[in-house]
Amino acid sequence: MLGRTANGVFWMGRYLERAENTSRLIEAGFRMALTRDLVTSQEEWRSVVSTVGHTKQYELYNATYTGVQVWNFLLRDRNNPGSVLAMIEGARTAARAVRTALTREVWEAVNESWMVIGEALARPVREAALGQVLALIRRQAMLVRGAVDGSMLRSENFNFFRIGTFIERGDNTARILDVKYYVLLPSLAWVGSRLDNVQWESVLRSVSGERAYRWLNAGSIDPRGIAEFLLLDQRFPRSLNFCLDNLRSNLASLAHQYGHESSAHEVLRGVSSRFHQSSIETIFEAGLHQFIQEFIARNRQVAQAIEHDYRFYA
Amino acid sequence: MTDAPSCFDEMLAADGSVRAAYSDYSDWYHRQDPGLMRRKGQEAETFFRKTGITFNVYGDDAGEERLLPFDMIPRIITAGEWRKLVKGIEQRVRALNAFLHDIYHRQEIIRAGRVPESLISKNAAFLPQMMGMIPPGGVYTHIVGIDLVRTGPDEFMVLEDNARTPSGVSYMLENRETMMAMFPELFTAMDVRPVQDYPRRLAESLAACAPSCAGGNSDGRPVVAVLTPGIYNSAYFEHAFLADQMGAELVEGSDLRVVDGRVAMRTTRGFEPIDVLYRRVDDDYLDPLSFNPSSRLGVPGIMDIYRAGKITIANAPGTGIADDNAIYSFMPAIVEFYTGEKPLLANVPTWRCSEADSLAYVLDNLAELVVKEVHGSGGYGMLIGPTSSKKEITAFAAKLRARPDNYIAQPTLALSTVPILAKAGLAPRHVDLRPFVLVSPDGIQITPGGLTRVALKQGSLVVNSSQGGGTKDTWVLAD
Repeated sequence: MLGRTANGVFWMGRYLERAENTSRLIEAGFRMALTRDLVTSQEEWRSVVSTVGHTKQYELYNATYTGVQVWNFLLRDRNNPGSVLAMIEGARTAARAVRTALTREVWEAVNESWMVIGEALARPVREAALGQVLALIRRQAMLVRGAVDGSMLRSENFNFFRIGTFIERGDNTARILDVKYYVLLPSLAWVGSRLDNVQWESVLRSVSGERAYRWLNAGSIDPRGIAEFLLLDQRFPRSLNFCLDNLRSNLASLAHQYGHESSAHEVLRGVSSRFHQSSIETIFEAGLHQFIQEFIARNRQVAQAIEHDYRFYA
Repeated sequence: MTDAPSCFDEMLAADGSVRAAYSDYSDWYHRQDPGLMRRKGQEAETFFRKTGITFNVYGDDAGEERLLPFDMIPRIITAGEWRKLVKGIEQRVRALNAFLHDIYHRQEIIRAGRVPESLISKNAAFLPQMMGMIPPGGVYTHIVGIDLVRTGPDEFMVLEDNARTPSGVSYMLENRETMMAMFPELFTAMDVRPVQDYPRRLAESLAACAPSCAGGNSDGRPVVAVLTPGIYNSAYFEHAFLADQMGAELVEGSDLRVVDGRVAMRTTRGFEPIDVLYRRVDDDYLDPLSFNPSSRLGVPGIMDIYRAGKITIANAPGTGIADDNAIYSFMPAIVEFYTGEKPLLANVPTWRCSEADSLAYVLDNLAELVVKEVHGSGGYGMLIGPTSSKKEITAFAAKLRARPDNYIAQPTLALSTVPILAKAGLAPRHVDLRPFVLVSPDGIQITPGGLTRVALKQGSLVVNSSQGGGTKDTWVLAD
């Protein structure tokens, strides 16, 4: 497999995952803003932009944080290199460049996503249409994942796609937590008002975890439980631990095929052992914010080691 | 331009009766619901968009991808007609390879005075780097496209030879897939010769030309890769398609490097040598050390490795000298010189404007002629006399006088027509045909059929996709 191809498949996975996560994030922000007054809802939208890390870029072109401005910026603004539209175009360009590494089903799913999402985002998205557009983006991303899962040979191609997906997903979940971690801190949670319940739910909703969490916890919402769920739960497909597990198994599969490990395996082992030694109590003691920051940095190191070890670039 | 009244329609005879090749199809067609046929046409377009069978058009918005319009009425050739074509094409392709070998060795044909020396040595397509070198397997043009036009029941003529990197074979294959998906019952009822094994034959044919050092990978087979200029190239879809169908790697210049005396690709495990490179990059861009120094599409040093016999490049560099428009007019003599036989396929009569008598004739008759640039392709930079205004003709005459060497002229041919499905039903449109030919030390293989290009505008004679042409599935009937 060409290094450039591995790179393309990896980024195709990342771009699609990011497009999907951005749409979840907007959905959570939108729901929250509906329950707020104008001022607090602007705060909410500000935090959404800050989660994806594009505050500077946003403020270059926008003076205020109204919902319609924010979601159009995140979905389709040409000034936003991380917009959903840019991600879908990036995924499709990557897929086209590595066309031979994909099955026909996968390529067609990516190509179709690019066509229908491009169509849906051709004009500014109005409030009445937002729900449909967000659902479409999630559905298309799932379609591609489903096509990958159902049609691709379990070879390096598949592993690099999965690795890209879980690197990105872990990063996204961590960023959501990092922006919202203060609402999960026990001291503030003590307030226990309706408003904070909405905040916690919003965090869960932005990773599609609200139903799973309620089911596991018989409906009771508590910040410590939410943090544990998002960081450590090995069953929830968007928790950091779940993402690490999947990175581990895909890297192990690569090591098996290549007959040896690479430096990425070593870096990942470092992150994993930190997780295995942690309970939610020790994490809160040492500082949630710090823990998340460290994860984001380590996750990036894993990605860099993979790019290097597997010769993504000339 | 209006249709010449005498032009040959491949489906209908002058008295309105259906020709033998189309009789079964015509019966079937007239049993179909016209509304349903039109809906199938839309289905086909959606299918092409979804599968990404597109080409990029240069000069338009960057990266814009277009569909090559597809017409559902097949172009049908009988077994007998095809047999004759095959003989003529084989002869021509043998002559092309013999000519290339000769030009890059002793140049007997020049010594014999059959082709002028200046036409070779001053030609940009002639590569002195190829002198004295025998490509692995002895083959110069591994993949050839011979463009044919038809003017009568038994009159096929060669309009152009494509000996560099002929494209369009992916459309031949996808058109067939589409037709089989839309009209499976037709293929049950009629005995149409298959084209689908082209990629396998291409892979075998390329592997058969591998250099002697080949076979280093685990299963002992030669490593074949397709070299593409990248996703913005007009034929990128085809490059990816062929690599995919052959199970070969699709590589770009940036993936390749000379390592330990071999051309190697950067894989996730390190550099692995390539035995056969099916390159879809022009000669000029192939090696910045030997040709265009600013090229980033090629591989620095590949020509040294090639000359050392450590890689096969298909087609060989320098094959353009055989399909240049200026050489074209000499093809009858070239065929005769190397095969000792009369050409089975005729050339279109051609005036070389470099010759004073011809130039005078061409200038006097511009309104009736087609004038082409000697080194041009794709329907660009040509004059079609009958459809041009007086002003255009005067302007072109000035260009012609200034650089007569740069042009050849041909009569405006009454190209045959095949019906397309137009809004009001079947309507005749002009067509040409590009059969695809594979050459290896094991022999010459011609896929039955090829790419039929069709001018979709009524009366138009220009079939190039860059000029609004479309394509059809081409059927060769079995005996």
